[in-house]
Amino acid sequence: MNALAFASQALEILVALLLGPLLTGWVNQWRARLQNRTAPSLFLPFRTLHKLFIKEAVVAEHASPLFRAAPYIVFGCMVLACGIVPTLSTDLPLAPAADAIALVGLFALARVFISLAAMDIGTSFGTLGARREMLIGFLAEPALLMVLFSASLISKSTSLTTIVETLAHRELAIYPSLAFASVAFTMVSLAENARVPVDNPTTHLELTMIHEAMILEYSGRHLALIEWAASLKLFAYSCIGLALFFPWGVAEAQAPLALILALPVLVLKLAIGGIALAVFETVSAKMRIFRVPEFLAAAFLLAVIGMLVHILLGT
Amino acid sequence: MSLLPDFAHWQQLDGVLAVVTAWLALGATGVFALRRFGFVTKVLFPLGGLLGLLLSGIALTAVFQEPATAVLPLGLPGLPFHLRLDGLSSFFLLVIGATGAGVSVYAAGYFGRGEGTPPGLICLEYHAFLATMALVVLADDAYVFMVAWETMALSSFFLVTANHRIPEIREAGYLYLLVAHIGAIAILLCFGVLQANTGDYTFANMRAQHLTSFWSSAAFLLALFGFGAKAGLLPLHVWLPEAHPAAPSPVSALMSGVMLKTAIYGILRVSFDLLQTQRWWWGVLMLALGLASALFGVVFAAAQVDMKRLLAYSSIENIGLLCAGIGLAVVFSSYGMKPLAALALTASLYHVASHAFFKSLLFLSTGSVLHATGERNLGRLGGLIRFTPWIAWVTLIGVLASAGLPPFSGFVSEWLLLQSFLFTPGLPDSFLNMLIPVVAALIALVAALAGYTMVKFFGIIFLGQPREEKLQRARDAGPWERGGMAWLVMGCIALGLQPEQFIQIIDPVTRLLVHAGLGDNVAGHGWLLVPVAVDRASYGPIIFLLGVAACFLLAFLVVRLLYHGRVRRAAPWDCGYPWQTARMQDTAEGFGQPIRQIFEPFFRMTRELPDPGDEAPRYHVTIADHFWHWLYLPIAAVVERAARLIGTLQQGRIAVYLLYSFITLLAMLVLVRS
Repeated sequence: MNALAFASQALEILVALLLGPLLTGWVNQWRARLQNRTAPSLFLPFRTLHKLFIKEAVVAEHASPLFRAAPYIVFGCMVLACGIVPTLSTDLPLAPAADAIALVGLFALARVFISLAAMDIGTSFGTLGARREMLIGFLAEPALLMVLFSASLISKSTSLTTIVETLAHRELAIYPSLAFASVAFTMVSLAENARVPVDNPTTHLELTMIHEAMILEYSGRHLALIEWAASLKLFAYSCIGLALFFPWGVAEAQAPLALILALPVLVLKLAIGGIALAVFETVSAKMRIFRVPEFLAAAFLLAVIGMLVHILLGT
Repeated sequence: MSLLPDFAHWQQLDGVLAVVTAWLALGATGVFALRRFGFVTKVLFPLGGLLGLLLSGIALTAVFQEPATAVLPLGLPGLPFHLRLDGLSSFFLLVIGATGAGVSVYAAGYFGRGEGTPPGLICLEYHAFLATMALVVLADDAYVFMVAWETMALSSFFLVTANHRIPEIREAGYLYLLVAHIGAIAILLCFGVLQANTGDYTFANMRAQHLTSFWSSAAFLLALFGFGAKAGLLPLHVWLPEAHPAAPSPVSALMSGVMLKTAIYGILRVSFDLLQTQRWWWGVLMLALGLASALFGVVFAAAQVDMKRLLAYSSIENIGLLCAGIGLAVVFSSYGMKPLAALALTASLYHVASHAFFKSLLFLSTGSVLHATGERNLGRLGGLIRFTPWIAWVTLIGVLASAGLPPFSGFVSEWLLLQSFLFTPGLPDSFLNMLIPVVAALIALVAALAGYTMVKFFGIIFLGQPREEKLQRARDAGPWERGGMAWLVMGCIALGLQPEQFIQIIDPVTRLLVHAGLGDNVAGHGWLLVPVAVDRASYGPIIFLLGVAACFLLAFLVVRLLYHGRVRRAAPWDCGYPWQTARMQDTAEGFGQPIRQIFEPFFRMTRELPDPGDEAPRYHVTIADHFWHWLYLPIAAVVERAARLIGTLQQGRIAVYLLYSFITLLAMLVLVRS
């Protein structure tokens, strides 16, 4: 523990808070370009957040305190998640507090609170959204855990920083287990972040929406916090993916120079990842809600196969 | 010479015995005050709770002591009671005492209105139940064990059937008693095998025996069957979802939170203490049974519409997880991998304590909801967080702990269990190595499904709009009920935030059973829980909680500082639809629908769908357990047929019976001659 570690921790959270909405804006920009629309500004998400914060928060008459607390809890969970994932450095004071399993637990905590908040008002959309979100959650959560386990079998650790350090220092060999895991992880993160084949972030069509159905009753600063948390979640998932499958460029302990270099590397990696996501969302269509369990079950099986492959081939 | 016992030299064992005796005395006092509600509920039950607290305090010190034994000159001539207090029994006494304390205080408020049986009798049965549970874990010979075990089953049977005027409750009680006795026979036979023809039924003798591979496996299987019947392992789980809803809520809480754990105690005692060596396939069998129970339990829980049945199925799930953890410990122990066995066992024991707290809490809160609304059916509840906020917030903690979410108690045991699976590669058997990731995946799936179930449980009962008019008049829990639940909530939070302290209590237990413990690894890391080494895995619940809380507060303050904190209350927006009613919310059936669809083979479903032209369309779905149709009904049919065959012997005429005696005599003579 030293000043540099705390500095990198603070920097990481700050970068996440700023880069999260930018990443969302970047993906939206590219989606618009690919769909032959005029692209909105990269900073549109920030303007939206600003607008929402200025607005008055309209809350249903019979909403309980849970409804009003949930946005803050979800936001807090996502900020902590961004602080734990090694995005810039592996020398993080917060990291020992939560390993890969606790990170999955953190996402689950946020999901449970937002689902409960959605059920609080008692509208038909809210409960429907909550049920669908939990449905996706209970299939995606074990799959994500299995993906992380595939990586932790290689590094013999569930600590995210150790995983990243081990993976960054390996020779440039392809681990078959990680190949399976990467496909599974892509599928899971699409589902968890309400992206196209599972959910559409721009839809308000009652038959298909999941995430949007849950937050229909929110407005003003509550909605702003939820939107910000959603972009932080996308950022955190992207960073987990980068940390597991492209871990090069992350700074380690006692390396101030590497820390300064890590930021442009991260931005570059995220920019490429964002374009890939936009292309994927443009070329694929949203699937029926009944097909989602099959999609996620496939991800779950792929992740388990990845672990089995690792054990079969030996280390 | 003083007649008083020598208090200065009392050991923990004497203290525990004093508490047990005092519990029995409280029960006996209840008989003399049969119908005096005030005295029984406001004096006797709180005193029982105090004794529970005392017991947990004594047990807490006893965990770290050397085993103590005692022989009581009670019982049959030549068969005195052998008792022993070691780490394992102290740990379970701790759980019994701490959970019992909360439940007793709650019961002081709950039984204030009568349950169909005079309160004095309930008091007797309740305290006998508590005392015999303590005796079960103290027993050091098969005789005391069986006496305590059977008294425990009987007293809980009477408690389950407290409302004996309702036929369904009588049926549930009968089923419970039947399964309990089938299990007890298996346990008796297990002890018979363990004593290896020496005729000495003390546990000390059983420990000294070296059984052959065949007989030790036979003893293990009998124990697994017998204790599994009590714990609710597949396929002997059928009594659980019937008996738990039938019983008054404090009794359900004790049965689910504590009594099921005595069965776990039995499995641990036999497989790690009385049997000297373990075989790997025992562990695999337990893993398979445990996972099947866990998955089955959680899937059924998600589809239930009765809140207590939902919790009962969730108990099957948790017992399954416990069993899987113990199975893993058996596998490790059979290969001599002691630290890993200790890790898996610590996870299981942690879950024993954590499940005792959160499941008792949830059962108690269903009791409060039942008293406040008179409803058990999820389809008629809703919106209670506005009318009974106290019950709701307390339940929320239990729900989060039960869903295995950080930083509450359920997560720690889940975390430890998954850690023990992750360290597995390295077993000498490649088949086992392949099996472990699959098992870990299933555990992760079960844990995630538990989250689904708990969101359904909490969301349908407490959130949304009230589905019935009368719910708006629901009264919040009384002071006694609040006190009892608050104690259990504190347990859930403390177990969640201070795992490194509680593992120090579990350490002597695992040292006793598998000769290794996590205590030394865990100590000296401050607020971090580190089972092996920091760079391998660590979890800091307090830092975790502080992190989320700090972000919460900062966001709250910064938003108010930079912008404003204005709120306007208005009608719900609901996409501009103004005619929203409470019946348009998702129902309990609706919330279970995806689970019913995805796990269709698990259920035996009958659906009644309306035609498009129906004047009064009716949709109806019932779900049943395959085991009834595949296993229990065929067995029942065979038993009935056998009974009818034997029944033909009974002619009711004395001449025929004389003929039977004559034939028997003849047969005996022939046998003796040859």
